[in-house]
Amino acid sequence: MERKKGFWHFFTSGYLILVLLFIYLPIVYVVVFSFNESRSMTAFSGFSLKWYESMFNNREMLDSLKYTVLIALIATVTSTVIGTVAAIGLSKARRLIRSVILEINNLPVLNPDIVTAISLMLLFLSLKIRRGIVTLTLAHITFCIPYVILSVLPKLRQLDDNVAEAAMDLGAPPWRALTRVIIPQIYPAIFSGALIAFSMSFDDFVISFFTAGMDVQNISMYVYSMKRFNPSVNALSTLIVVVVTLILILANVVPAIRDRKRKKEEF
Amino acid sequence: MKSFFRMSYPYILWISVFIVAPMVMILLYAVTKTGNGTLTFQFTLEHFARFFSDPDFLRVLWTSLRIALITTVFCILVGYPAALFIANLKERAQTLMILLLTLPMWINMLLKTYAWRGILMNFDLESEVKVFIGMVYDFLPYMVIQIHTAISKLDRELLTASYDLGANRWQSFLRVTLPLSVPGIISGITLVFLPAVSSFVIPKMLGGGNYVLIGNLIEKYFLVAGDWNFGSAISLIMALIIIASMYLTKKLDRSAEEA
Repeated sequence: MERKKGFWHFFTSGYLILVLLFIYLPIVYVVVFSFNESRSMTAFSGFSLKWYESMFNNREMLDSLKYTVLIALIATVTSTVIGTVAAIGLSKARRLIRSVILEINNLPVLNPDIVTAISLMLLFLSLKIRRGIVTLTLAHITFCIPYVILSVLPKLRQLDDNVAEAAMDLGAPPWRALTRVIIPQIYPAIFSGALIAFSMSFDDFVISFFTAGMDVQNISMYVYSMKRFNPSVNALSTLIVVVVTLILILANVVPAIRDRKRKKEEF
Repeated sequence: MKSFFRMSYPYILWISVFIVAPMVMILLYAVTKTGNGTLTFQFTLEHFARFFSDPDFLRVLWTSLRIALITTVFCILVGYPAALFIANLKERAQTLMILLLTLPMWINMLLKTYAWRGILMNFDLESEVKVFIGMVYDFLPYMVIQIHTAISKLDRELLTASYDLGANRWQSFLRVTLPLSVPGIISGITLVFLPAVSSFVIPKMLGGGNYVLIGNLIEKYFLVAGDWNFGSAISLIMALIIIASMYLTKKLDRSAEEA
């Protein structure tokens, strides 16, 4: 029986390790091959930084990176503000109104991306708005807001209404009740909503592809439209992997440290 | 407190312009005669008839559904054991495993698919196999997380009871764990099958142009052929298929919970 158990343990951990290897294979691959000396995508022939150099000399690639980050930042800030404010309003709305609005809110989440994409493209085309960075940003804000709402609203509904009412009964204007009582309590939900919005915008391909027009492209569109295999994409991916890992570590570690400090202070 | 509702006015305006109006436009374009980029308001169902009477279009629809279906099946086959084994780990190891599974989800999908293109160059595989590897790779974490959530909610006492009643490990799995984790599989299917139907990037990047999927068809009719009406009709058909399958899975879920 003991031996059987040992084998089972060996088998399950082996399986999980294989799954992790599968999940991390492309990431390890791009990091390794970003330092490859040759163009080859199959054989590693020696260490070199030339693909990083060629990335920094590639205007088109750098521009797409710049637009991706810029649009993700604008979309995150705008959608977080509109979404949070709207969620606070919705949490006080009548049930029927709230559920109708939430149904509409969920459309871009449930619809296939391509349907959202062409619906927005139809809107811009028929209003004769030239597609470019403005329409691209508007589209990104549009598909980011629902995620902010879905993240913030459940948290708001757990809040005790009486606290905000008490603040106002004690003479706080609604604005102060909002900023001093409500917002601090839902801050973690706002933050995670913003994080989701950022990653949705950063990763988007389909909606961008249909709403950007010819003038701008983000990273996804750049990679999609590339005709020849270009190893400097590996360098770009490595850079993104490093930045994403740092951001995620910060997002996870900073609150943990803060919690630990607070707990220590309580003692 | 009622005055707080006013705070959602900007958002309501936003979704009216950017969600409701565009959806109404797809609807209108899909049911009106083709005009040069303008709405004709001559109502017709000819675009739907055209789609369903042309074997080529039906073949495209079938390919999309088939790829999504096979992807989902493989995600369950690979993901279920993974979710089960994770649920048997100690609590800390579980959190770590889930974190490790979700981390790569934050990295751009096109870049990961591009990496797979390079990796798969090392192997002499059929393009269809390459497409499935890419698709399963992209969707697997969603499936594992959904099933893991369902299994970890399961009451451990039930398993203890089943062992006490003389069932062995395998019987207990078949009679207790598996049936009770069905809701997790179903929500996993919603997160994998539905987006997989409309996916066209991975098949295009890994399949080497061998695939025309419903997404490519929509792209073609909008960006190349410029027939917005027919393109709208195709996307409406796809949206309806997805709504129908969502309704079906919800129903399945309910009957699974009742059983």
